[in-house]
Amino acid sequence: MSTANRLVFAALVLALLVAPFVGYPIFLMKVLCFALFASAFNLLIGFTGLLSFGHAMFFGFAAYVSGHAAKVWGLTPELAILSGTASAAVIAVVTGWLAVRRQGIYFAMVTLALAQMIYFICVQAPFTYAEDGIQSIPRGALFGVIDLSSDTRMYYLVAAIFLIGFALIYRIIHSPFGQVLKSVRENEARALSLGYHVDRYKLMAFVLSGTIAGLAGATKSIAFGIATLTDVSWQMSGEVVLMTLLGGMGTILGPSVGAAIIVTMQNYLADLGSMVSIIMGATFVVCVLLFRRGIVGEIEYRLGKRSS
Amino acid sequence: MDQIFGVPVQAFMGQLMLGLVNGSFYAILSLGLAVIFGMLNIVNFAHGALYMVGAFFAWMLLNYAGLNYWFALLLAPLAVGLIGVIIEKTMLRWLHGLDHLYGLLLTFGLALLLEGLFREFYGSSGQPYELPEVFRGGFDLGFMFLPKYRAWVVFASIFLCLAVWYVIEKTKLGAYLRAGTENPNLVKAFGINVPLMVTLTYAFGVALAGLAGVMAAPIYQVSPLMGSNIIIIVFAVVVIGGMGSILGSIITGLALGLVEGLTKVFYAELSSTVVFIIMVIVLMVRPAGLFGREK
Repeated sequence: MSTANRLVFAALVLALLVAPFVGYPIFLMKVLCFALFASAFNLLIGFTGLLSFGHAMFFGFAAYVSGHAAKVWGLTPELAILSGTASAAVIAVVTGWLAVRRQGIYFAMVTLALAQMIYFICVQAPFTYAEDGIQSIPRGALFGVIDLSSDTRMYYLVAAIFLIGFALIYRIIHSPFGQVLKSVRENEARALSLGYHVDRYKLMAFVLSGTIAGLAGATKSIAFGIATLTDVSWQMSGEVVLMTLLGGMGTILGPSVGAAIIVTMQNYLADLGSMVSIIMGATFVVCVLLFRRGIVGEIEYRLGKRSS
Repeated sequence: MDQIFGVPVQAFMGQLMLGLVNGSFYAILSLGLAVIFGMLNIVNFAHGALYMVGAFFAWMLLNYAGLNYWFALLLAPLAVGLIGVIIEKTMLRWLHGLDHLYGLLLTFGLALLLEGLFREFYGSSGQPYELPEVFRGGFDLGFMFLPKYRAWVVFASIFLCLAVWYVIEKTKLGAYLRAGTENPNLVKAFGINVPLMVTLTYAFGVALAGLAGVMAAPIYQVSPLMGSNIIIIVFAVVVIGGMGSILGSIITGLALGLVEGLTKVFYAELSSTVVFIIMVIVLMVRPAGLFGREK
């Protein structure tokens, strides 16, 4: 890790530690859950070049499973979150195995359709309570010892999970495995001709990305005590695409910045209903037409230009 | 014989007919997607939203201007086509040469925008569109009751699809179009205005969606959400059929509508997922799609 990156990491940890003294823990937890979700998504689009339009299936399904585990099975929060994450990993293995058979635009359509299938399963399955969702999921006590009913304590757990997920993604990107993923993104045919099993690498990236997205969803349902159909809908898949696009695809911090902006926006516009959808749509259009590097990408580009 | 596999013939044929109606819409929409994809290499996510806009135009023409179904059938697709021209000229054009994914993202944004706008003004609940006088009632075929309007939708869409297929595969205009798909630079060198052709192709593709919207208006409620409900299924249809062939997308659309109808008769719980299940099976045995040629 370079000195600059170490500094950024140290600043990030420090910011996460002081944040609850400045902002509302509830709001911060929401930002962190979506930041982790978007970072997981970015692992796929930004570093492997695969556009998944169905990432809500991991996020939402894991939210249901961890909610169910905490409420009905009475598991402690860390086990509930782990079981939610594991369920997302299983879905990711199956859907990824199917989806990597098609490329480019078809990949996006296949993932969208598979996610819609998971959505309909969630509508009909008895344990999701259809329109109501799983409500009043208990936060419980971490390891059965540390009571999480205080928002500040819950916040620190969420922050820790975010950091673990974030560090994991960073590690994956900077590993030899991550280098192969980038080569797949840049030139799939060449990576194949160099002897890499491209499909296996894609599947691996898909599973990792889906699992971490599941971790985000599972954490969210414990922190907020609710898991609903919204979390698993195609709109949610679109939202995470927008967060990543706005912050900067293929940058480390971009998705988190994008998530913070979108969550803030939704918080302020929540009363306006369909205005959220209009503004998100307009942001999409503007980003794609004028601002494809995203916020962090644009900053990095300008800094890079100055230094070279 | 008044039962088929333990289901009353009336109910069986009724569901089959309904499936065929749905299938007609899948066919027209996936046909439009295929035409646009061929020329622009863009998967038009806004297709469902423009289908919804077509239905709303029909509703507005009737309720604000007093113009009936037949006018809507002509005017709404023209208006949607005009929107298409604007979208292509002001936005999609600038994405030329970029990764195809940006086209998908842009049109997804447009879909959100359009859906949000109509929800803002008309709410999420549907508006009924009154069935034109001529189409009330139906024919009693002895073994089933065939509502006139549904029969019209099925015949009109099949005719429309075949007409589009004929124009693209058998006429000179279609030959230019196919040539433009294969090698736009060479076609340009022959003095054909390719950028204009691209704009018109997009406009035509979305006009088809608008037309489907008008035809759907009297059957379903005219609602801002009708577009996103159907577009994801149409995407699955496109994955199953592959976008390489016009005729393929027509057949796949109709067939999947029928399958959906049949599922409703025998195992209703599965009817919302059956298309996706078929998609999974097709991906396993024939990844390129039934009629597809993987590039």
